[in-house]
Amino acid sequence: MNPEIVRVLGYIVAIIAFVALNAAMLVWMERKVAGHIQRRIGPKEVGPFGLLQSFADGIKLMTKQLIVPEGADVPLFKVAPMLVMIPAVMCFVTIPFSEQLAARNINVGLLLIFAIASINVFALLLGGWASHNKYAVISAARAVSQNVAYEIPMLITAITVVMFTGTMNLNEIVMGQAGGFWHWNILPIAKNIGMVVLMPVSFLIFFICSMAETNRAPFDLGEAESELVAGFHTEYSGMGFGLFFLGEYANVFIGCSLAVILFLGGWQCPFGLFPGVHWFLLKVYFLIFVVMWARWTFPRTTFYGLLNLSWKILIPVSLFNLVLTGAFIKVF
Amino acid sequence: MGGYFKEIFDGAHSLVAGMGVTLKYLFQPVVTEQYPHVAPTMPDRFRGHIELVANPETGGTLCIVCGMCQKACPSGCITVAGEKVEGVKGKVLTKYELDFTKCSLCGICVESCNPGAITFSKDYNLAGLRKEAFIYDLKKRLEERKR
Amino acid sequence: MIELASDKQKETFVLNMGPQHPATHGVLRVKLVMDGEYIVEAEPVLGYIHRMHEKMGENRNWAQFMPNTGRLDYLGALSYNHGYAAAVERAAGIEVPERAEYIRVLTVELNRISSHLLWMGAYLLDLGGFTPLLYAFDDREKILDMLERVTGSRLTYCYFRFGGLYNDVDEQFIGEVKAFVARMRSRLPMYHTLVTKNVILMERLKGIGIIDADMCRRYGVTGPVARGSGINFDVRKNEPYSVYPEFDFDVPVYSEGDSMARYMVRMDEIEQSLRIVEQAVNRLPEGPVMAEKVPKVLKPPKGDYYHAVEAARGSFGVRVVSDGTNTPYRLKLRSPTFSNLSLLAEVARGVTVADAVAFMGSLDLVIPEIDR
Repeated sequence: MNPEIVRVLGYIVAIIAFVALNAAMLVWMERKVAGHIQRRIGPKEVGPFGLLQSFADGIKLMTKQLIVPEGADVPLFKVAPMLVMIPAVMCFVTIPFSEQLAARNINVGLLLIFAIASINVFALLLGGWASHNKYAVISAARAVSQNVAYEIPMLITAITVVMFTGTMNLNEIVMGQAGGFWHWNILPIAKNIGMVVLMPVSFLIFFICSMAETNRAPFDLGEAESELVAGFHTEYSGMGFGLFFLGEYANVFIGCSLAVILFLGGWQCPFGLFPGVHWFLLKVYFLIFVVMWARWTFPRTTFYGLLNLSWKILIPVSLFNLVLTGAFIKVF
Repeated sequence: MGGYFKEIFDGAHSLVAGMGVTLKYLFQPVVTEQYPHVAPTMPDRFRGHIELVANPETGGTLCIVCGMCQKACPSGCITVAGEKVEGVKGKVLTKYELDFTKCSLCGICVESCNPGAITFSKDYNLAGLRKEAFIYDLKKRLEERKR
Repeated sequence: MIELASDKQKETFVLNMGPQHPATHGVLRVKLVMDGEYIVEAEPVLGYIHRMHEKMGENRNWAQFMPNTGRLDYLGALSYNHGYAAAVERAAGIEVPERAEYIRVLTVELNRISSHLLWMGAYLLDLGGFTPLLYAFDDREKILDMLERVTGSRLTYCYFRFGGLYNDVDEQFIGEVKAFVARMRSRLPMYHTLVTKNVILMERLKGIGIIDADMCRRYGVTGPVARGSGINFDVRKNEPYSVYPEFDFDVPVYSEGDSMARYMVRMDEIEQSLRIVEQAVNRLPEGPVMAEKVPKVLKPPKGDYYHAVEAARGSFGVRVVSDGTNTPYRLKLRSPTFSNLSLLAEVARGVTVADAVAFMGSLDLVIPEIDR
């Protein structure tokens, strides 16, 4: 057997298994974090510390009947959940878990991730439109305008990192942050003193935009608009809903891992000692914890507040940041 | 221009302060009771359904079948019946039926009982499969408690 | 208010915010005629939980109606007990001993605090913040446990009787109340940090659902809703009853008239109720808790009597018409939330649904009280 094919197949299986396991773990983590913030224990009956709860929920979802509403556009209705999972799994191709653990080392890895992840929006729109439900369409349209508005600052801040490191290859970006945390892109003390002021701002903007892109935390108008309607996935039951749910957690993982790779040093150790996949996972799960922490603290923004935040605050600040980054790179 | 930045800064500060509060509570112990594993104790005045008080001397009831509780109940849940027995002064209780499906736990019956023959129980684990399970025969319950 | 496009043909659709809904706090149906995202017309449809309490009042005798009052507004049941008991005492000319009056005020204010805490938690839940609900319930549990030790019930109290109370309080209760006051005072800054000063919440509440004082007068709005629009009317100060004149407390009034003002009024009321509770517990007199000569079968003299109390939601009034027998001839309950809800039809025009939900939450609706 061609060792290349074996390697590719191995990676495919590993990535799909990782995505599924990760989603199960994240559901458990979310419920536990939510529980303890609210001074109660989360799940505890099923398995030790409730670890098997997500598997029980998964089995329950799989055994439910898949209902297609009357008047819905059947092919689009069925394709939408799959369209949520496909970009999420594909983005894992270029993410370097450690120096050797990357499915493909693509030279324009960052660009690839952004390109593929935008298909996610398409899936929301299809899901809402094909449901033949007035309220799903409204909320899908809102989700689309939210996603478009928050793509822009995210891309702009990614450009500042690319300008700073000079490459779009994710593996090389991480390797450029070797040493200790003073080499990391968030506080590049050892590399370029002028950027110490600007890079944290970039990180903050990137983080907020990734939360908004994945419809999480205070920006979850699409799904939790249970004030009146139940969002774009109201008509989905059983595993259709399950796929939307898993896709959201996979997207959260990708957003946070991008933030870690671009700003926090990827799989590098903070003190330059033992780099490896464990540091990567630690940092990503810490950022995911921050995302969950923010979700359980804040109420939802209004739709216009959401758009105002992006167009009136994040985009001007990130553009300004971009110009200053260019200037500082030249000067220092 | 200065107002724009001040607004952003104040907003961001309030968000961070809020997150600080939840972080503090994340690490504090839980305040919930783990119910099926740890059963709570009811306070003395807890209002469960009423029950007959056992007479400390004879072991029977203290009820004199005056019917005050039946008249006082707003929902009409109590049915009392008694008979005259040879050699005993006053009536003897034969049936005391409480229809708990209608009871509102107001306590007017307990208040109106002169000899103090009924009181609130501490029963809170009430579940049944049929409505008839909640038509209590309080005399039978008293006898079951004596055993 | 947003200018709706009136020159092109409006395609409106009817949206039913049905009787079962997470944000209406009870079985309230609101028929919304919507133009895209904006509400053109809002019509509340009531009666889904009408249980005919006023008719029941005509079929039961005076003392037997007391448990019904606890079921009207179950969150503030003690004020409703108080309103009914005070109305009948005014009719029958019964004097309540001082200790009973103090304990009545003490427990009513504790109940008001628990009602406001639940309101705050549920309001934040509607807006999407799930955590303050559980913090509020943690505090509320302490109050419920205290009152359960004294009255036997946690929610639908039937504690007051004509001429006093069902039973007395003991030393442990006094100690628990003092500890609770200290604990609640230390928790209030936490609520202000987590909720009130949060920029997202301020943006959602400021300028939403503005009610001016004239609208309040036209609809008969009382309680925190009116006090958030600048009207300084509190039954405890304007028509004093029981022993309220002996306590030193303020009535918070804000004049902006938006949801944020109503929110702040209720948060300040929690602080003022804590003051009243503290003074009551420190000055509790000794004595009996039941008046001496209350007839077992009460027959108030013929006449028409009215008494109003300040419930958590506004001015709750009881009108008793007695014809000298042992059952009321007519028992009318004036529900504050009914008048408050009638504002919805006027205020909800031209706002988005999310803002309408935020407005309804700030009115503090309890539907069983509207429908009785």
